[in-house]
Order: sequence, then structure tokens, then C-alpha cells
Amino acid sequence: MADIPRKLAWRIGEVVETSPDTPRTKSLFLKIPGWEGHRAGQHVDVRLTAEDGYQAQRSYSIASAPENGRVELLVERLDDGEVSPYLTDEIRVGDGLELRGPIGGWFAWEAREGGHLLLVAGGSGIAPLMAMIRHRKAAGNDTPVRLLYSSRSYEEIIFREELEALAAEDTSLEIIHTLTRWAPPEWEGYHRRIDAEMLAEIAPAAEEGPLAFVCGPTPLVETVATDLVGLGHEPARVKTERFGPTGG
Amino acid sequence: MDEHRLDGNAAGGILGEVFTFEMTTTRAACAHCGATGPLGSSMAYVSEIGTVVRCTACDSVLIRVVRQVDGPQRYWLDLKGVEYLQFRERL
Repeated sequence: MADIPRKLAWRIGEVVETSPDTPRTKSLFLKIPGWEGHRAGQHVDVRLTAEDGYQAQRSYSIASAPENGRVELLVERLDDGEVSPYLTDEIRVGDGLELRGPIGGWFAWEAREGGHLLLVAGGSGIAPLMAMIRHRKAAGNDTPVRLLYSSRSYEEIIFREELEALAAEDTSLEIIHTLTRWAPPEWEGYHRRIDAEMLAEIAPAAEEGPLAFVCGPTPLVETVATDLVGLGHEPARVKTERFGPTGG
Repeated sequence: MDEHRLDGNAAGGILGEVFTFEMTTTRAACAHCGATGPLGSSMAYVSEIGTVVRCTACDSVLIRVVRQVDGPQRYWLDLKGVEYLQFRERL
């Protein structure tokens, strides 16, 4: 952890593994010399430099648990992006990647903080929330967690198998999916965008004082945050991380 | 809807270049309306030329930070929208 005051510096991490998650996303596993560890929910800045010196910079949430020695970044490929196509298509095991972090202590959770957690994710916004879920398991923590996860289609549910396996062995981890575009014929879950009615059904009662983390595209995050406050949740306990249309 | 609006967390990188303490958990008081809150919960407008952090309550500018990218690094840091910062020496 950041015990020693320091300014944030750029450094090089080595790609030690890559793994496709879904047709549009890929996980990069990095070894970062001198990495001080992170808190679940934090992100890193990644910087690419072209031969002519032009630089492009983006932020990526860390998807791995702090207990894991490698840092996993989840990258969604944006076709017109300056950074993400390189990270999903070009980068190879053994390559270096310039980055800095971990960044951000606000959108972060540590198992010892406890609290009834409500996690709401849209698409690749699952990354920092996955770090929390993995951290909770690695720490042997049984804080009740409810994850509401919005994906475009069944095939695009990132970390689907791992989430299923985690929920199957842990009754205090509940996962509810909603599919916004295509759902399989036998799909019995939600099949629409997250709305106030869905949140009223899923979210723990405001009186229980759950701690909410919401991450995904800006419109989803703002809708969910507004609806949760409308349901009586305290704004300070609804933490948000907007991905924005980052141009990745 | 402004498409470049992000959370104060997104300013953590550039603020981390300037400050040695964690700025997203640092509480800022808005010089305009007096609202206080962690900078990570405020609004950040991030672009290639700089970052503007605004008050969640009244939308006034709290912090502007611009970094010159060519030549030796030079920063402009405007904190006049902040009445005070409250931070811990260590996390």
C-alpha cells in the first residue's frame, strides 16, 4: 500500500499472459516490478508512445484481487480507439507496457470494511467490481454481496463462468444478470436496461445502509446513481466510476 | 449530457503527479457553495489539454490543472475554487 508519500511515476509492466474474455474484450496479465499492491477498485493509467513521440493515455480498472501477484487489466476493444486496439490485437506476451498506479482511493473497497455491498456493472464496468468480488473471496470474507450486471448479450457477459462458479459455492454472493439486446430463447432473467423498477427489486433496502459501487458507461452510471438516491439511498454511499465514452 | 464528464477518480492520475498524498480521498470544500466531499466523488472533465474538477453540489470549478506536454514539464494549478483541503498524511 501507499505508506510512503510519493508522487505517481510512470513505469514499465511486463505482459506475462493474455486471455480473451469475450469477442470484444481481453484480459492482460502484468508483472510490474516494485508493485506496492493495490486496493480493489483502483485503476492504472496506461500510456502508449508512437515512434514520432505522440502519446495517448487511458485509464483501466484493475480486475485482479490485491492478493494476486499479477495485475489483470480488462480491455474492451473500441474500433476507433487509439489505445484499446493495440492492447487487444497487437500486444504480445513479453512486451512492456508503460503505466502508473494504483490510482484512486475513493472507489475502492477492502474486505475489512464489510458492509452490505450492492455492485452494479455495465459491460466492461465489471472490472473493478470483479476485483472486489475476488478480493472478498481471497480474504475469506463473507460480506453479503449482490451484483447486478448488465450486458448486451449472453455471449458478452465478461467473467461469466467464474462468476457462476463463485456464486454456486457462496450463498452470500448473489448475481443477477440483465441482457439489453439479445437474449437466448430460454433466457428467464431480465431483458432490458437497468431501471428504477429493477433496482427496487434488486437493491437491499436503503434502511440497511448498503454500500453501492456502480461502474460502466456514463449514462448507465448516472441513471443507476439517480435511481438509487431516489429509492432513499444516501448519496455518499453510492460510489460511481464513469467509464465515459473514453475513445479507448 | 456532457460526454466527457467523469468522476473525480479520473483526475487521480494527473493530481498524483502534483500531490504526494491521495487526492481522491482528500476532502475539498467548495469556495462557492461550501459543500464538502472527497474529490473522488466530485465531477472531473478530462481532456488532452487539462483536467477540470467541479463541485458536485453547485458545479463550480474546484480545481484546474494543465500540463504542458512539450519540452520540460510545466504545470498550471488553479485551486481558487477550493476553500480548503482536508487530507491524511498517509493512507
